[in-house]
This record gives sequence, C-alpha cells and structure tokens, in this order.
Amino acid sequence: MVYALLVSVFVIASCGLVYELIAGTLASYLLGDSVTYFSTIIGTYLFAMGIGSYLSRYIGKGLVARFIRIELMVGVIGGSSAAILFVVFAYLESFRLILYAQVVIVGVLVGLEIPLLLRILKDKLQFKDLVSQVLTFDYLGALAVSLLFPLILAPRLGLVRTCFMFGILNVLVAVWTTSLFRDQIARVSSLRAQCVAALILLMGGFAYGERLTTFAEESLYTDEVVFSKSTPYQRLVLTRWKDDVRLFLNSHLQFSSKDEYRYHEALVHPAMQWLKAPRRVLILGGGDGLALREILKYPSVESVTLVDLDPEMTRLFSSNELLRHLNDNSLRSPKLKTVNADAFVWLGDNTDVFDLAIVDFPDPTNYALGKLYTTTFYHLLARHLTDDGAAAIQSTSPLYARKSYWCIVKTIESGGLLTAPYHVYVPSFGEWGFVIASKRPYSVPQVTLPGLKFVSSEQLPGFFQFPADMSRVDTEVNHLNNQILVRYYESEWHEVSQ
Amino acid sequence: MTRRELLILGAGLVAGCGERGRGTVTGSFVGASHDIGHLLRGGAIPAPSRERRMPVVIIGGGIAGLSAGWYLSRNAFQDFEILELENEAGGNARFGKNRVSAYPWGAHYIPLPTKESRFVRELFEELGVITGYTNGEPIYKDEYLCFDPQERLYLHGRWQEGLVPTLGTSDRDHEDFERFREIVDGYRARHAFTIPMEFSSREKDLLALDSVSIRDFLNSRALSSPALHWYVNYACRDDYGCDYGDVSAWAGLHYFGSRNVDEGSVLTWPEGNGWIVKRLREKLAPHIRPGSLVFRVGDDSVDYFDVQDKTSTTIRADRIIFACATFQARYLMEKSDGIDAFEYAPWMVANLTLDAFPEQRAGAPIAWDNVIYDSDSLGYVVATHQSLRVHQPETVLTYYYPLAGVSPHSERERLLKTEWQTWADFILSDLSKPHPEIRKLVRNIDIMRWGHAMVRPRPGFIWGEHRRRFTHPVGRVHFAHSDLSGFSIFEEAQYRGVIAAQWVLESRL
Repeated sequence: MVYALLVSVFVIASCGLVYELIAGTLASYLLGDSVTYFSTIIGTYLFAMGIGSYLSRYIGKGLVARFIRIELMVGVIGGSSAAILFVVFAYLESFRLILYAQVVIVGVLVGLEIPLLLRILKDKLQFKDLVSQVLTFDYLGALAVSLLFPLILAPRLGLVRTCFMFGILNVLVAVWTTSLFRDQIARVSSLRAQCVAALILLMGGFAYGERLTTFAEESLYTDEVVFSKSTPYQRLVLTRWKDDVRLFLNSHLQFSSKDEYRYHEALVHPAMQWLKAPRRVLILGGGDGLALREILKYPSVESVTLVDLDPEMTRLFSSNELLRHLNDNSLRSPKLKTVNADAFVWLGDNTDVFDLAIVDFPDPTNYALGKLYTTTFYHLLARHLTDDGAAAIQSTSPLYARKSYWCIVKTIESGGLLTAPYHVYVPSFGEWGFVIASKRPYSVPQVTLPGLKFVSSEQLPGFFQFPADMSRVDTEVNHLNNQILVRYYESEWHEVSQ
Repeated sequence: MTRRELLILGAGLVAGCGERGRGTVTGSFVGASHDIGHLLRGGAIPAPSRERRMPVVIIGGGIAGLSAGWYLSRNAFQDFEILELENEAGGNARFGKNRVSAYPWGAHYIPLPTKESRFVRELFEELGVITGYTNGEPIYKDEYLCFDPQERLYLHGRWQEGLVPTLGTSDRDHEDFERFREIVDGYRARHAFTIPMEFSSREKDLLALDSVSIRDFLNSRALSSPALHWYVNYACRDDYGCDYGDVSAWAGLHYFGSRNVDEGSVLTWPEGNGWIVKRLREKLAPHIRPGSLVFRVGDDSVDYFDVQDKTSTTIRADRIIFACATFQARYLMEKSDGIDAFEYAPWMVANLTLDAFPEQRAGAPIAWDNVIYDSDSLGYVVATHQSLRVHQPETVLTYYYPLAGVSPHSERERLLKTEWQTWADFILSDLSKPHPEIRKLVRNIDIMRWGHAMVRPRPGFIWGEHRRRFTHPVGRVHFAHSDLSGFSIFEEAQYRGVIAAQWVLESRL
C-alpha cells in the first residue's frame, strides 16, 4: 500500500507540473511575451499551492475520501484547462482573468494533495522516511514531466490532448485510491460513480478536443495558429510568432502586427491630412478596426460608418483582448456605427455622403471581389463623397501587379474622379499601392498630426513618385462586363508565385 | 383559385413549414394555362352576352403586343386594349421571383441592338438602358451588360471559357472554324442578314440559302469538324429550338452573320427579358386586360371569355392587332389558309433554387451561361449573375431544354405527358455530369412547359409565300408576332408589334 501511494505521489506531481506548464505555454502562445507570462504563472501557481497547503489543516475527518474528491477535481478542472482557455480566447474578452483564475484554482487543489497524502501515510512510515520518500517521488514526477512535455507530449499530442490525458491520470489515482481504501471509506459506490463520470468527461475531451486547435492547418502557415474560424463569408486565421500577430482571410495575409502601422498610416493620413477638418468618414472593408484607429486620431471626426461583410470580423476585433490592443479599442468608439453588409449593395441602398471614404477591400482575386473595382462601383462611390471629399483606396502592389494597379487607377479616372496614385513599402507585403480619388485636384499636404511612426511631411512627397519599374502603364478600364482586372491580377501574381 | 394554384400553394406551405429531408426536392409545373387554352377546342365557352366598342384591340400581351401598345402610347394614341390570356402579360419573356432571386421563364437576354433595330434602341433610351451615344454608338448602363465571365462550356470533364470548343480540338477543327468565320464575314460584308430580318438583302443566291438546311450547307462546303457541327447545332437549338438539320441555312447563317462580331456582349437582367416586360406592363397597366381568352376574331370584332367572371363579350373594333402566336388564327379566324406552314418547337424551362453554388472544380469559374457539350439541354443560366453582391450564398439556375426532335407534334405530347418527377430527375442527372453533388444543393425545381415556344425556321419557311402573306394586313386585322419573321427573338417581336402600331396610326382613327 505504501508503494502504491508513493506511485500516486509521482503521478500527482507530474500532473501538477503539467497544468502549470500548459498554462504558461498557452498564454505565451496566444498572447506572446513568454517571459512575463511564464514567470507570473509559475509565481501565481506556487503561491496558490501554498494556500492549498495552508488550507489542508482545516481538513479533519474522512481524509481519504477528501483526497479522492480533490483528485477528481484536479483531474476535471486541470485536465480541461487548455481546452477552456482556447475557447475563452476566441469568445470571451477576459482571457487573462480566466487564465489566472484557473491557475489559482488548480494551484490550490494541487497544494492540498501532498499534505493530505503525508497525513494518510504518517502511520505507515517513520517521519524521516515519509518526508524523504514522498518528496523524492514528488521531484521525480516533476523531472519526468518536464522532459516529456516539450520533447514528446506537446509536439505529438498537442496542448489540449496532453492536458486531458493528465486529467485522466489524476482521476485514475482517485480510482486506485478508492479501491485501496474501499473498506475504510463510507459510500464507496457514490465515489466510484463520480470517478466514472469524470473519466467519461475527460476521455470525451481527449477524443474530440483536437478539433479546437486545428493543428492540421498549421502546416499551411509558417507561424502558430492561435485562432481560426470559418464564417459563412470566409476563413479567418490568426497566427502569432513571438510578438508578430498576423491575420489571414482565405489564406491571404491581411496584416502583420509588426508593420501594419505603415500600411494603415499610409492608407489614411495622406488623404486625411489633405482634407480640411473631415467630419464624416466611411470605411468599406477594414473590419479589423486598424484604419479606424488612425481615423480616430482626428478630433474633427464626428462619425464613422464601417461597412464590413462579416460580423465575425468586427466581433472578433472588438472583443478579443489581443486584437483590441492592436486597434486601440477603436471598434468600441462611440463615434462608430458598424454595419455588416455587402458594400456594393449598401452603397446602392444608402444616400449618406462622407468627407472621406476608406476603401480597404481584399485584392481582386476572383470575379466576385473584382466587382468592387469596376467603373460601376466607383460611380456609386463618387455619389457618396462630398464635393470636397476624397476616397483612399487600397489598390494592390504596383510592383508585383503593375498592370492591375494602373488598371485600378484608370478605372477610377474613367468614372470622372481625379486620382493621386501613391505607394509605400510595407515589409510583410512588399511595395504596396493606394489611390486617392477626389473631385478637386489633390496636392501633397503638410503632415501636422503628431505621433505618427511612418507618414511625415518629409516622407509624403516621395510616396507619389513612381520609379521606372512601377511607373504608369496603359491598361483597359475594368467594367463589370469585362472584369479585365481579375485577369491582369491572376496572370501577374501567377508570375510572381513562380 | 384553380386546382393548380392550390397545389402550388400547398407545395409552398409544405416547403416553408416542414424541414426538408436531405436530397428531397420540392417543385411543380407552373405557368402557361394549357387547360384554359384547351377550352377553345372543347367548346365549353358561353356565347357573348355583352358588346362594347374599342377603337383598337391587341390580342396577346407578349413582347409583340406590349410593343404595339408601347408604340401607340408613345405616339399619344390611347384608345386601345390588350387582351391577355394569362394572369400576367409577358409571353415568352415572363419571369418569376422567389426569396433568393428573380429569374426568367423564357427569353433571358438581348444582344446589343443593331443600327437597324431602331425601335429597340428607342425603347432602351426610354428605359435608361442606353444612357447616351459616343460617335453614334450607344453607351449602355454597365449594370445591364452581362457581367464577366459570360460563357463557359463543359467539355472532356473540364470547364473552358467561351462556347467555341477549344479543349482537345485539332488543327482541322480550327481550320474549319476559321473557314466558317470567313464565309460568315463574306455574308456580313454583303449585308446579307439584318435584324429586323425584313431589311436583309433579297439577292437570289442569298434567298436560295433558305431551301437547304444549315447542316447540309456545312457539308456542302466540306466543313466537317465535329466541334463546328456541335457549335452550329447548339446555336440552332438555342435560338430556334430545332436541330440544325431542321433549320434553314438562311436562318442558321443569320444567327452568326446579323450581329457585330466584336460586340460579344449582351444585355441581361436577373429576370431576363422579364425586366423589360415589367416596365412595359407598368407603362401600359390601364390598357392590359389579363385573364381574357379570345375565342373568335371576326372582320371587325373580337369575342373573348373572361376567365374570372365566366362571361363572354364582343368588342367592336376598327383595328385589330393579332399579336398572339400566329398559329392561333386556325382556331380564332374563319379563314386561315396557309397557317399549317407555321410549325412550333416545344420547350421545357426549369428554375432550380440552390442552397449553395456548385463546387468550383477543374477549369473556368462559373459564368452567366453554362453549357454542357453533348447534352440535349442548353445548360443553365445563373439568375444571380447580375447581382452586385460579393457574397451570394444561394442562387437560382434557369435550365433550358428545347424538345428538338423531328416531329414537333410528338415532342409536344412528350412534353405534356411527362410527369414533374421524371423531368426533375432528367434535369438533375444532366446537371450531375459537371456537378456530381447537385442533388444535395437543389431545394426546389419549378418547371414551365411551353407547347409552342418558338416558330421553327425550317427550310423553305422564311422566304416561302405563307409566312410573307401573314405579314400583310387583311381588312382590319394586322398580325404582329416574331412568328412572322420566322424565328423567335425579342427584336423581331418588337419590330412586328411596332409595324402593326404604325399601321394603326396611319389609318388616323
């Protein structure tokens, strides 16, 4: 019996360490900044274990039954902790609160385990043997798991399944202890039933938990996938590597948190700085709230209408902590009106006019998206601009897709708008192009807004200079009935990818 | 409420309330009142009990009848009435609408009108389809031009862009296509074929083309490429509802040689030509009398049966425009010599409502017109193609099937005797060639049966005496229908309607 209990110590110790490792790994995986999260999680966990040890003194009668129940609780709560954190990350705002709450609860329960075991074993061994043997097995368990976890468990099983597996081990300890002490505890059958229920729960989690993490998808992306979801409109995937968070829509990169400020400053400020105190702003696409973040830096802006097709995009970027940090909580601004609608249809149905329209659609990779770059679309867009207003339009790369870029410029011009084409370098994208479309001629303004990291009065005139390798080429105009842009785009990016 | 309407309503309720089992498809026959039409022959119609006067009566509210009314109204002549058998005017250009989209029941596009199609251009200016002109060439509203991609063809297990077969074709095929193109260009240079067809050249060697079939014409020019034969046959089935062995070479070449080559674009709307019907119906609403079954056309009178109140009325008229299918003269007029020369191709048209688009497989992406090589059908047209939405989850496909067998009579019998379920299975098995998953996607199939969909331009008909005789007014009656042109297209129907209206205006009533 003594050795049986010492094996239990080994198992319990390894389980306790695993939950701590998983919490630390998951936090740095989902939130980055691994040093901070690992050390605060270890600290919190150890402190909680201390609380557990202290609380053990209040447990008097029915020591064994209590111990079994605690094992079951550790098994269920600890075992499902990774799965819960994944779900919480996607759906709740308070990820960190739940993370630390979990660490505390599991820590307290784990802190209770060893003191209770010591007391159970105290009549069976001498004190010096008791302490030496229990602590030996405790540290051995920790060693075993600290080697197994990074080398075998995390890469082979994944975090969610590893976590459930150790939950199952905790419950098996409870099962074993129940059978060892079956003569000494009251209501054995009730305990057994609880053990069976916990086992079923955790085994179910082990079998199906894999779906939460979509490791299959990771081979597609160089970085780790921290969130993925298929909406009726597209597939959203967030990856992170160190402090670089990337968003992919239908596996096309939308932004990298490393350099998105370059893209969004360039999209917004050249037009914004030119306008005199713009009040009403329209954003088409841009459900990530990053262009909006730049817009909200202007006190003159009274209202912003953001039209994005996918409600999941705006929901994710207005609730997830990490993403809210990126867009500076812009999607929660009281000035904002979010509309989840098809942009073309919305423009057709709506009669509002705006001082600035930010047009940030995905590239024209297919005929459906190609419609958003046609004469018909720009005609409609022009109707929504004030006479002094402007639109800033993302227009793919003038370097990799030169004809496509200039086709967009020509199409905008054929709709009667004046254009000011410009480009910037965004490391994760390469050379990227934009167009300012307006009813009166654009002139390069002074940049008066403080605090920008990329756009400045010195840099801005250079944006509008095109070197020979991406200077203007003649193209056809993109109409709904020729969709020439999609054809240019397809052949140009096809060449790049070869 | 008729039994048919009750059934449709019932089907709708079932579809709306009950949860659909996987792979079960709802639907029914809709449209054309075969039962009412047959009353004509059954003699169950009461004798007229009332009589009234109306200067001009137009019989039939298809494109010809509506165009006659449009032209009269446009010229400030308002004393006319259009008698329409169905609940809604529109004829072959009628349309339907459900939660997902509007969709056509027949005619669904119009090629860019030629210079000779003066009245089509006038109508399009009035409807805002033509927004202006540059160098005499019309500017069309972008939203009404067929969006790209326009056409694709399923051939050798792959979709290719365009309808001229290119996948797996040989140099011989290319040569034959090139030679055929040269032949057509030669005719075009001579202005051999125009729209309206009345302006076509009357040179003898050209009219002689009407005496052979287009198939024999190809063979006589040693054009034997199977791909070219398929293509020409497809065009004949598409525009004339007939096998190319039954289409005169004049009509066959007219299809290729009457329009500008470089203007491949067409005008189209989700509801097809129903878009035009809707606007003409609005303009002419006070003049249109639906549910009116004309059962006798006299020298100066028209008798009709009101389907609603079950009474018959005689209208005394100064001018009568006979704008329903010309063959009806056989049942409505005392004398109709030569009417047997008018033969008609039956058609089956189905609208399929899909929960999702078919999967994108090998080759070209989904287009407006999607044709399956070597199928007896003409494939399908995507009703939501002209939608400006980027995200279109559900859709409606309009499936066209001309019953192009040798005998129109037995084909018509087949059309009417075949059960809905059999047609539905037929359609789904045809579409499952390119789209194996189609049965899982289709929610509903409604089917329209057109017994006399199109006049057949078989050899000898277009330039034969019978057709020409019916183009001239007899006493107070003027025929007006695309039948009089020998083939069923919008421009011809409109032209015949306008010509009859001009005849009315010239008489200065």
